[in-house]
Amino acid sequence: MIDYSGLLTNGLAQLVGTSVIFFALLAIGLNVHFGYTGLLNFGQIGFALVGGYGMGIAVANFGLPLWAGVLVGIGCGVVLALLLGIPTLRLRADYLAIVTIAASEILRLITRSTSLTDLTGGTQGLTGYGDAFTAANPFGQPRYSFFGVGLLRGELWAISVGWTVVALSVLLVWLLMRSPWGRVLRAIREDEDAARALGKNVFAYKIQSLVLGGVFGALGGIFYSLSVQSLTPDFFSPPQTFFAYAALILGGAGRVLGPVIGAMLFWFFLSVADDFLRQATAGESPLIGFIDTQDVGAIRFVLVGVFLGLLMVYRPQGIFGNKREVQLDAR
Amino acid sequence: MLLAALIAGIGLLAVAAPALAQPPPPSASVASTEPEEAISVDGTLRSGGTELAGVTVEVLDSGGEQVDETTSDAQGGWELTVPGPGTYTFRIDPESLPEGTEVQQGEVTREIAEGRLSAVIFRFGAEREGLGTSTAAQVLRLLVDGIRFGLVIGITAVGLSLIFGITGLTNFSHGELVTIGAVLAWTLNVTFGIQLIWATLLAIVLGCAVGALNELGIWRPLRRRRCGLIAQLVVSIGLAIALRYLVLIYLGGRSESYTDYNNQIARSYGPIALTDKDLATIVISVLVMVGIALLLQYTRIGKAMRAVADNRDLAASSGIDVDRVVLFVWVLGGGLATLGGVLFALSELSSTVQYEMGFRLLLLMFAGVILGGLGTAYGALIGCLIVGILVQMSTLVIPLDLKYLGGLAVLIVILVFRPQGLLGSRARIG
Repeated sequence: MIDYSGLLTNGLAQLVGTSVIFFALLAIGLNVHFGYTGLLNFGQIGFALVGGYGMGIAVANFGLPLWAGVLVGIGCGVVLALLLGIPTLRLRADYLAIVTIAASEILRLITRSTSLTDLTGGTQGLTGYGDAFTAANPFGQPRYSFFGVGLLRGELWAISVGWTVVALSVLLVWLLMRSPWGRVLRAIREDEDAARALGKNVFAYKIQSLVLGGVFGALGGIFYSLSVQSLTPDFFSPPQTFFAYAALILGGAGRVLGPVIGAMLFWFFLSVADDFLRQATAGESPLIGFIDTQDVGAIRFVLVGVFLGLLMVYRPQGIFGNKREVQLDAR
Repeated sequence: MLLAALIAGIGLLAVAAPALAQPPPPSASVASTEPEEAISVDGTLRSGGTELAGVTVEVLDSGGEQVDETTSDAQGGWELTVPGPGTYTFRIDPESLPEGTEVQQGEVTREIAEGRLSAVIFRFGAEREGLGTSTAAQVLRLLVDGIRFGLVIGITAVGLSLIFGITGLTNFSHGELVTIGAVLAWTLNVTFGIQLIWATLLAIVLGCAVGALNELGIWRPLRRRRCGLIAQLVVSIGLAIALRYLVLIYLGGRSESYTDYNNQIARSYGPIALTDKDLATIVISVLVMVGIALLLQYTRIGKAMRAVADNRDLAASSGIDVDRVVLFVWVLGGGLATLGGVLFALSELSSTVQYEMGFRLLLLMFAGVILGGLGTAYGALIGCLIVGILVQMSTLVIPLDLKYLGGLAVLIVILVFRPQGLLGSRARIG
């Protein structure tokens, strides 16, 4: 009745898929914010939104080449980080949390506003910016197969670019966190006042951290919009940020590879659970009768919410984390 | 928001196959030249329960040229023909409306494709102040709307601010208390057929219980475990997402309507017009707020609440049972969130509830609470009032679907210039 091997193959295919890359990039950014600096950015999806839309609008509406569009997208992430960070980073941690979650929702409302349909495409979405990306695809065959998992050439191209970006991002974070700069960030996370007493400009370091993590978020948005070739405002809804948080905390905050492994595991479990529920609730005599098949999408969010809460309480260091690294607290 | 209180006239746009296209009315110009591609569009005009007859409806193409014009029949029905797929603007002529009916939104632009159904909605309101009246009247109307909205935000936000003041928890799941309260009232009202006032009172009792359950089931054990405030904050977000989507599963993704107070006609009070439910919302909110102020100022538990918020350890050592005070604040917060949720649904959402309503409100609550000073009760009331007025007034200059932008703008401005808020103390902000 339930195709368990199918579930497993699907889940394994998800391990390297575009969703994992997207959430891994978001979580790498959050790792810089939350894991290393102790900043509570709850609007990471807003950074992805400005990255994706910055690039999309620059290329589709203003006819810029793709590389320039990507730079515009990254620039938008930097600007957003400065805009949100300057008023809030001198204050207690939860002010940044409130402002970022509000900003991400407002940005979504702006992109779907009918008054800006000419620019953003409104709820219909924005397309026609990714032709250069498709044209650059070096893979010639229409279909490739790895270990029984079939991939279209477009998917393969997106995945290879995506994992390259993830690998470079991880390398960058690793190098930065070994540097004196990274040690100051961690000092700020552990004890802000102590770092200030040592003569470090805590505010400047926090802004730099917010900008760096925001750029990773923007890269996630850019990658996502190139891989699906269309941008819709409602994809960038606030709960997506918490998917990335769940992935980060699962993998271990404050670890270089934590967000990547967390995103892979998280997405694997989520897609297996999703498929299982879909199969278990469908058909003549469903295994689980009291849930409707249409509700499975919502159950995913419920599971993520409960999971995030439980993880935070019972195992805040995740799978690979070090418990001493994550005992941060609001001042 | 005025539209919420008005009665929508709904014209469903049914698109017929080209072969079935009706011969165009005499006044049609372009449509008659290409009948084989023409698409027929029809709908019905209603204001409240009555059909509107003899109303002129016209359709313009994207260049602003009139394509077709017709007059609604005795049943309010109208039918127009457009020359082919494309974007058209449907407009009703306000002059032709029956006496006493004002049009609120008489122009709708839609993309028409063959065989696809889409809705054209014109909004009517049988009241005297409508769009197109003088700016002064419009400002006054928005001011009253803003005060009403601000009061509703304030009622829900008092709990949020007090919980923060007393436990230090920034509770992101407070919006879900609002949603759950409004949905509980909806269930009692629609499923069990209880009149909405009684349903709301019952729901407030249940809402108090939900608040208590939150404290006893989650937050008190977490404090016992010495869980950090940041961890608690993340837990509250997880809880918010889980609860929001549980409500989605229960309620469904669409807006669901209460059975009472759906279509009310605005009465005129001098220069302003209010529906009865709007007036009731304002009166109830003011009464409740005065009640909260009296409670905080004069009762033993109110004084204890202020003492704990001021200095928890000192309060505990002077014999105040802190756990009891915290529980009371959660009960109070849950009840107020429920009342606020029902009032929010009645006055802002045209008497409907939906699963995201609390989250929408939460952002404005945070803006108001921070503006007034996080952790203070009176500050929350004043801040929310200002945010409500600002959000409504901002629709004078920015499009309606961007009005929450004003709330965020306030938030950022206040954090730059006076981060402790209007009534907050410098020591709290870090």
